[in-house]
Amino acid sequence: MKRRIVYKFRLYVAGEAQNSAQAVANLKALCLGYLADRHEIEIVDVYREPTRALEDGIMMTPTLIKLAPTPVSRIIGTLAQMQPVLLALRLEAVVA
Amino acid sequence: MKPVQRRPVHVPAKAPTGVTGLDEITGGGLPRGRTTLLVGGPGSGKTILALQFLVHGARACKKPGIFVAFEESAKRIVANFESFGWNLAELQPKKLFFVDARPSSELIQSGNFDLGGMLAALEAQTKRMGAQRIVFDALDIMLALLPDAAAKRREVYRLHEWLLAHELTALITAKAGGDEASSISQEAFGFMQFMVDCAVVLNHSVVLGVSQRNLRVAKYRGSAFDENESPFVIGKNGFDVAVSRVLGRVDANVTNERVSSGVPRLDTMLGGGYYRGASVLITGFPGTAKTTLSGAFAEAACRRGERTMFVSFDSDGTEVIRNLASVGIRLDHYKKSGRLKMISARTIIGSAETLLVRIKSLAKEHGARCLVIDPVSNLSKAGNELTAHGVAERLIDWTKAENITLVCTSLLDETAGQTDGGTPLQISTLADTWIHLNYLVQAGERNRGISIIKSRGTAHSNQVRELILSDAGVTLADIYTAGGEVLMGTLRWEKESAERVANEVAEVAGELKRVSLDAEEAVLEVRAKSLQTELVAKQVEKKLLVRTAESRKGELSRGRTHIRELRRADAAVAGRK
Repeated sequence: MKRRIVYKFRLYVAGEAQNSAQAVANLKALCLGYLADRHEIEIVDVYREPTRALEDGIMMTPTLIKLAPTPVSRIIGTLAQMQPVLLALRLEAVVA
Repeated sequence: MKPVQRRPVHVPAKAPTGVTGLDEITGGGLPRGRTTLLVGGPGSGKTILALQFLVHGARACKKPGIFVAFEESAKRIVANFESFGWNLAELQPKKLFFVDARPSSELIQSGNFDLGGMLAALEAQTKRMGAQRIVFDALDIMLALLPDAAAKRREVYRLHEWLLAHELTALITAKAGGDEASSISQEAFGFMQFMVDCAVVLNHSVVLGVSQRNLRVAKYRGSAFDENESPFVIGKNGFDVAVSRVLGRVDANVTNERVSSGVPRLDTMLGGGYYRGASVLITGFPGTAKTTLSGAFAEAACRRGERTMFVSFDSDGTEVIRNLASVGIRLDHYKKSGRLKMISARTIIGSAETLLVRIKSLAKEHGARCLVIDPVSNLSKAGNELTAHGVAERLIDWTKAENITLVCTSLLDETAGQTDGGTPLQISTLADTWIHLNYLVQAGERNRGISIIKSRGTAHSNQVRELILSDAGVTLADIYTAGGEVLMGTLRWEKESAERVANEVAEVAGELKRVSLDAEEAVLEVRAKSLQTELVAKQVEKKLLVRTAESRKGELSRGRTHIRELRRADAAVAGRK
């Protein structure tokens, strides 16, 4: 049996901004659809933790970072277009 | 009715940039607490100007600053700017902070995004260091990631609002094509140009193979500014913007002090020499001894103990010294002692602006009080015709402000004929003293004539003199006019010697006449003396004659009485007779 891979995400958002809210919703929908029960999501509000944004080099919000499995990848935007997101997260193989 | 009270005009506070010239153009710097847009093509110097603004703020104004780099990494920028001597490492990170905001190459984008993250990060950093200045270098790179014009607008607007709310003096740089029109056509920047309070355009063009850089302030809300394009160069220490006459500049110190031209008779012609701080122009065709005359000035300046700089576009410094030594102008030991600095600019290629900046900084370094530029007409070499006039103007302006006495020569075009026409740079109208040298070909000889065309504020001779070069030095000689013709060279010499001979002849003739008159006088005197003697003799003779006559009369009467006594004649008888 294949080892269960847990996906770790960190999503940087800018408070209640529209783009950020959309990204949160899209990420949650994606995880439900493809990674049910094997994902962890950390949401960082850059307005609350600005120094963290500075240290992590977050310029654009929303930014999604996939921390695990490696390699680490970054995606910016609302995640509205699924296809490039799945490609970047290498989830297509899982689906297939 | 109440009198209308005039409110004091509110002058927006300015943030000095530390860029020579730009602060003068803008009347003090960029608008403080506002946003300035800096537009320019590739390699036009945007990043340099932006960083110089921050460095000056951090160092001279005690205003910490943040540099947001969208194009280059912070490390590369620090390395690139090492050569300017700004010592960025010393300022980091307390006074100058670099934010690396380059979008990474493997960035994946899905859907819309905004700059909220960046602003939050910057806010934290601003608070941490108390930043008052901020630069966004190459914002266009970030904006290019945004999907549509509306999103770009929105983000620019967001950024602007944020800057205003935090009262940061911001400078945003953005790329634009070489010409200004293309920058305006780019919609996001077109919008930005209207939004910002100040816009500066940098232009970099090549005219006939010579690079020309120009800076222009396109707008400045609530402030007067110089609207014209000003040339600039990127020098050793950063930007240097050339400012053509700015109103309100403090007038140069005007003195009545005279400095020698190095030729005593020329000083007399000028009523005592050049004024200190004056600009002197020597024009003439090739070979009319322009360099010699300016060399004489340099020697005189060195002899007075003044630091002097000699810029030669024609030949090497050592060549100039050797050539001048042949006419008795000795500069070598002044060069050795360091009082005289010889600059050979023959090989320097570049815009007139660059040359001026080089000359300025070298003169400043040397502490020159007297400056010779030989010939200044070289400024208008190929590719510089358009700018050279402005450069010459600024050169004179600068020497006046620094109280440097400037002697520059200007080559006249041989084909232009022997007219006292203007110089290629029109510098003749700006110069205080204009000395013209020309040739007079006559009786198979070519002789040099010198005349003063103008000399402001000094009485000056209206005469043309002959300029004579010999191993004893430079001298001036009077020329002769005979029958409406000016005589020079051998003809003058002949005329001079003929006059000398005539003088001698006249002198001898006079002497001769005097001698003969003396002789005549002597003769007459002798005659007068003999006549006198004769007169005395005659007088004596006359006296004798009178005396003889009297004595004879007395003798006669005495004799008659005596006879009567002897005859004892009766007196009565005698009476009857």
